[in-house]
Amino acid sequence: MSLDAAMPRATAPAILPGSGGLRGAFSDLFWRRPKLLLLLMLLPPVLWLGIVYIGSLFALLLQSFFSIDEFSGLINREFTLKTYGDLLQAANLDIILRTVTMAALVTLASAVIAFPIAYYAARYARGRWKALFYLGVMLPLWSSYLVKVYAWKLILAKEGILTWLLGKLNLLWVLDGWLSLPIVGGNSLSVSFTGTFIVFVYVWLPFMILPVQAALERVPGNLVEASSDLGASPGQTFSNVLFPLALPGIVAGSIFTFSLTLGDYIIPQIIGTSRLFIGQAVYSQQGTAGNIPLAAAFTVVPIVIMGFYLWGAKRMGAFDAL
Amino acid sequence: MTSAVSFKQVSRHFGSVRAVDAVDLEIVPGEFFAMLGPSGSGKTTCLRLIAGFEQPTSGSISIFGERAGGVPPYRRNVNTVFQDYALFPHLNVLDNVAYGLMVKGVGKAERLKAAEEALSMVRLPGYGARRPGQLSGGQRQRVALARALVNQPKVLLLDEPLGALDLKLRENMQEELKSLQKVLGITFVFVTHDQGEALSMADRVAVFNDGRIMQVGTPEDIYQRPKTRFVADFVGSSNVLPPDFVQRYSGQHRWGSLRPESIRVSGATSGDGVAARLVGTNYLGATTRLALDVDGLRLHAMVPAGTALPAEGEAVTLTFNREHLHLMDEPA
Repeated sequence: MSLDAAMPRATAPAILPGSGGLRGAFSDLFWRRPKLLLLLMLLPPVLWLGIVYIGSLFALLLQSFFSIDEFSGLINREFTLKTYGDLLQAANLDIILRTVTMAALVTLASAVIAFPIAYYAARYARGRWKALFYLGVMLPLWSSYLVKVYAWKLILAKEGILTWLLGKLNLLWVLDGWLSLPIVGGNSLSVSFTGTFIVFVYVWLPFMILPVQAALERVPGNLVEASSDLGASPGQTFSNVLFPLALPGIVAGSIFTFSLTLGDYIIPQIIGTSRLFIGQAVYSQQGTAGNIPLAAAFTVVPIVIMGFYLWGAKRMGAFDAL
Repeated sequence: MTSAVSFKQVSRHFGSVRAVDAVDLEIVPGEFFAMLGPSGSGKTTCLRLIAGFEQPTSGSISIFGERAGGVPPYRRNVNTVFQDYALFPHLNVLDNVAYGLMVKGVGKAERLKAAEEALSMVRLPGYGARRPGQLSGGQRQRVALARALVNQPKVLLLDEPLGALDLKLRENMQEELKSLQKVLGITFVFVTHDQGEALSMADRVAVFNDGRIMQVGTPEDIYQRPKTRFVADFVGSSNVLPPDFVQRYSGQHRWGSLRPESIRVSGATSGDGVAARLVGTNYLGATTRLALDVDGLRLHAMVPAGTALPAEGEAVTLTFNREHLHLMDEPA
């Protein structure tokens, strides 16, 4: 074995010369002062987030403490809680309750549907199948949201493919039975809350699958084996090991599905009943009604709800496994 | 007597890879049994077959006389100490240890008491409230042991449990495991690639290579009377001698093995012995390992520290007791 061949010549210096020039000088400077590099990299996004993003959000929230003069329609720039009083009227509470219920159901359904898909992707899919999984989950995100929603309107319409398919399967009675139910029913799926729910779940599902998959990916496979080795049935392993360890991912996903549903105003407008959701209320208050303070107050609602949601999730230990 | 674990022509193939190939094995109840072999030799797959994580492609396995074919891990009264411990990160130490009892429906007070006792047994009393992440490797190892033992398994499987520990800790754990096994009387099946560990701890050792068992026997059997070249080579880095060499000293044209510590090295070039050249010395503390060249054949000798040694490159004479030259049945 000849070591000499693999080693550099003995004539090489112990300290190599710098590469010279501005580049070399900056490289050496950043190496000596890593915090300087960090500062330079973080400054633009921090300015953007701090001033443009959070700043404008606060400007909006500020509006909710103003009120509108009912005669002139002008905004009265004096601090008052009058707008919040308006927000708590029965009709508006109805909108809030409807939206929160929908968001909760959409989140729950997304989690239930996403878990097996994420589990398969994290545990079993390898190579080509994993690529296919990512493609399958992401592909719907590449096409326009509006196109997807209108496509669903056609699918769910009375003359749509779903009704046709159920007719062929002699299952129309199931659909009719469901549509005759109060609240969730309606003339057809495309003008019922059920339709709104289906489309919400479809559109937000990727936002649940990906974080759950990432969380499950971090669960070592031998924990599942250890649980089974210690006598836990697959169901017990799920509830005692997999679910608690996937919970941070489920909570992360639910933040997406929940808050996206809380704020959306297009889906319930195209598919569903004429009853309003929070997003639609904001849209109409700041637009046709010209009531910016009330619109701002409506936008505070999802923020407060999400705050409570995260606080509750933390108290339940959802982030303990992080 | 029924075997604790019995393999009858067990094979486990992964595609074209024969991880375990027609293995017959009987493990006696209450013994400390080691499965020794290089990585990829099938020893861990055998362990997983006993645990139930793998099902045999062919052949049959019984545990204490009961057929284990198709029985899932959670219905086997067998527990495993995993190589990297596999402690549940979201549970504290006490709940980790109590897990097996919890899923079996043992009441909370009772299972926590049993878990606390198990922690005392592995010398970690009062550690119950900590998280696995707050423990050192050696402590995690003990928790994994307690978590398995609290279920009072019929067979305890240990998958290279000492591999991640440093030398000192490892030696302590070896002694502790051994005495624990004596006290509890549970059958231990221990997988390791460390021959020293296998020899020092086990009542019997199975040496694996290429999915097959090369030899099963007591540590002394394996060490003193290896059946094949592979066993001689793998267990204690014996000198494997080709038939031509062996014939000169034993009269038989067979492969032989000679332990490094059986060779004496003297500086004199006269006398009857094997002429050799010293090509390297390796100081190991209590002993010194010598690399010797005998007409192109590389041999190793182990001499006590402090032995006067000739310089590297000089001619030496090797002598050994011919009884120590062990002849092997199979050339493989």
